[in-house]
Amino acid sequence: MFEVVIGLEVHVQLNTKTKLFCSCPTSFNHRQNSNTCPTCLALPGALPVLNKAVVEKSVMFGTAVNATVNRTSYFDRKSYFYPDSPSAYQITQLYTPIVEHGALQIDFEDGTHKVIRINRAHIEADAGKNIHEGDVSKVDLNRAGTPLLEIVSEPDMRSSEEVILYLKKLHAIVRYLDISDANMQEGSFRVDVNVSIRPKGDEKLYTRVEIKNINSFRFIQKAIEIEVARQIEAWEDGVYDEEIYQETRLFDQARQETRSMRGKEEAADYRYFPEPDLLKVVVDDAMYATFSKIPELPDEKRKRFVDAYGMNEYNASVITSSLEMAHYFEAMMQEGISAKNATTWLSVELQGRFGGEVNIENSPVNAKTLGTLVKRIEDQTLSGKAAKEVLDYLMEHDEDVDAVIDKLGLKQVSDTGAIEQLVNEILAANPDKVQEYHNGKEKLFGFFVGQVMKASKGSANPQAVNDILKSKLS
Amino acid sequence: MITLKEALKLSAEELVALKEELAKKIEAHAKLNAYVGLESAGEGVPIAIKDNIQVKTWSVTNGSKILQGYIAPYNATVIEKMQAAGLTPFGRTNMDEFAMGSTTESSYYGKTVNPHNASCVPGGSSGGSAAAVAAGLAVAALGSDTGGSIRQPAAFCGIVGMKPTYGRVSRYGLGAYASSLDQIGPMTQNVEDAAILYDIISGYDANDSTSVHRNDKVSDKLDPSRKLTIAIVPNYIKDASEDVKRAFAKAVAVLRNAGHTIVERELMDAKYDISAYYVTATAEASTNLARYDGIRYGSRVEGSNLKETYIKSRSEGFGDEVKRRILLGNFVLSSGYYDAYYVKAQKVRHRIKEEYETIFKEVDLILSPVAPRTAYEFGSLADPLEMYLSDIYTISVNLAGLPAIALPIETSEAGMPVGLQLIAAPFDEQTLFDGALSLEQSLQS
Repeated sequence: MFEVVIGLEVHVQLNTKTKLFCSCPTSFNHRQNSNTCPTCLALPGALPVLNKAVVEKSVMFGTAVNATVNRTSYFDRKSYFYPDSPSAYQITQLYTPIVEHGALQIDFEDGTHKVIRINRAHIEADAGKNIHEGDVSKVDLNRAGTPLLEIVSEPDMRSSEEVILYLKKLHAIVRYLDISDANMQEGSFRVDVNVSIRPKGDEKLYTRVEIKNINSFRFIQKAIEIEVARQIEAWEDGVYDEEIYQETRLFDQARQETRSMRGKEEAADYRYFPEPDLLKVVVDDAMYATFSKIPELPDEKRKRFVDAYGMNEYNASVITSSLEMAHYFEAMMQEGISAKNATTWLSVELQGRFGGEVNIENSPVNAKTLGTLVKRIEDQTLSGKAAKEVLDYLMEHDEDVDAVIDKLGLKQVSDTGAIEQLVNEILAANPDKVQEYHNGKEKLFGFFVGQVMKASKGSANPQAVNDILKSKLS
Repeated sequence: MITLKEALKLSAEELVALKEELAKKIEAHAKLNAYVGLESAGEGVPIAIKDNIQVKTWSVTNGSKILQGYIAPYNATVIEKMQAAGLTPFGRTNMDEFAMGSTTESSYYGKTVNPHNASCVPGGSSGGSAAAVAAGLAVAALGSDTGGSIRQPAAFCGIVGMKPTYGRVSRYGLGAYASSLDQIGPMTQNVEDAAILYDIISGYDANDSTSVHRNDKVSDKLDPSRKLTIAIVPNYIKDASEDVKRAFAKAVAVLRNAGHTIVERELMDAKYDISAYYVTATAEASTNLARYDGIRYGSRVEGSNLKETYIKSRSEGFGDEVKRRILLGNFVLSSGYYDAYYVKAQKVRHRIKEEYETIFKEVDLILSPVAPRTAYEFGSLADPLEMYLSDIYTISVNLAGLPAIALPIETSEAGMPVGLQLIAAPFDEQTLFDGALSLEQSLQS
């Protein structure tokens, strides 16, 4: 009887070399406070200068989600005191953001789609980090001033499933555009979820509760379910108005609950006003022309894969959900193999061997090698089983596929003479079983195949073994 | 005191001697309290620097307790430009705390007194720079002007003070009061020196986004013989003191005599300027000064938790006038009031700009008082509002981003300097200096 209404705010850290308003590097894992300067430390007299690359990447994003790219947008100051914000105001875009009125399509497994509207995407500066060590709190300002694109959806999602599909699509888009590393663990793709409920059929929006900074898709799903349950319970207990108010809550993984971050009475007044140290942001014709030409996006790539390789929609969407997967797949296809085999060997065999720090980006087996391996199955040099053995070996050793096949002695024997000789030997050694087979125990065919394969140490071409056995036993 | 023009011709040895002489003089006039520090930074013609302009390795404090202990780790762009031109920062001058004031009384270092009469204010906020130049304790000085902070003390102390067009001089390294109004400018003994120093510090700077791509210079082509059309605004003069009215009449006569055409124009009631200015400036200031929180630098007063540390550091670090303006700024930006105050003030500001644009379609310059009266005695202002109202002649120039120059006209019967200002169209510094030089020369002849 309740409907869940969800809108998302995603903070995407743009992968520029330098910060939003100064020339400090944005790189990770440097000594605390080493990537800082008068501007990002907010020393007296220091001023911000806009990094153009941030505007360019924002134009790319706006184009990718079919949004209006505002040719003129503005920066505003958002004031609040916290030690990780050196100037005590964040430079952001409240009144006129660079990107507005976009949309993104999510795809369900049953082949249906839904459009989620994007209200806006605006540029803003990230804060530093506070590190609490017992009684002492330390401030690291390396991250202060890193560029963020905050992407705000309309409250168009109705389930946690839709949220995850939206986030995965958004993630794929920013990766395809290469405007962000979009790494949730490292905090370059941060999600705030706004959740409310309402009786089904009701058009009005009820009180939304914001859940902040949840760092995996799995936890996001969990946090939503828990928060929805809390709100429904309050409604059903008749205490909705008292217990559910507009606030920010944190998801506690360990306790499996959402918790209030700050009290009601601390409601902040950010005192926004136009940033006087910066000029309006202008996307001129030349910039727009250059950066509205964007690379192929997930949806287009999926369609192309379906058309060009004859893949089904689902396989194509699995492969194109990640740019790295898609690139890997296309490189494999260069070896002239079938899309079906390439999909299986990439998404099942290779990915099944990943784990820990190993992923598609640093795979010990590159696309050409895996493509060659699949090719060897298709040209009957290798059996599928042997190929798995070769892949196991290649995960540990950076060597040539054909050399490994030789070294491991896994080359498939397709020479019918040699196989025929093995077949004769096996049949001769098992006269009673041959008799039983002729008497109607056809199940024994498999036994003979197994014996021949065993005798060939697995190297015989199973098809050839089948054919020869069939003719000998007939 | 040797002029800047002459000092630029001195040898290295002569400059060393000049600095020694200056140091002695400054020491001898310690009672003026024009300087709050006697730091120097290398060779060149010594220029006194207002305490809100960053000089690398100097303690730069905005005349505030909250910045005690802070050492600037970088040079303001104007300092870099000065050094490249053979000038060097020499001594920090006193100022109203964070440039908020018209008397230099709100400084953490105590008041500066007017060299012409120790019982009178030197004006503010660049009162230290003005007093130093007027007393012969500096060849020239830098000040900053947000609502008259160069021009008003220049007029009170009888020197030349110039505020460039907004965007002409980089603000990089100027401790911000109100970002959309602040400009650094020269404070000198005469008009030509002001033009020379203006040329040195002006020009595009990539570190200041509001700096404009213009690098045209004025001092090598000053032309006092140009015949200009100069507007006066009769409804403005009526609130000025008799001293100021007399000086104004004299200046008009002298300018007419020199061949300039005087015309009358109208501007809307200056009370709107005051409102627009104090809303805009305090809104910007409330955020610009939020960084002074005792966390990273400056003076910190430890509390038992973070919030208390903020409150104590800021309560004890800022003086009353600064607190008043931060409160006012936070109020006008707060939810529910933003449209009524800040947005409305921007509309008024736009109107003021348009009014000036209209006038400058037909005239070259506007002649106006700098302040309603000459330097007044310490303690003679009844309340802060009276001080705010005394800014009526200067702040519209900042709101419209115009260039203006204050120069001494005569001495009042009480022996105090009376200055007036000329105002020009945006980026027309050439006409501004040409007219000012003509007025200066005509007054001398």
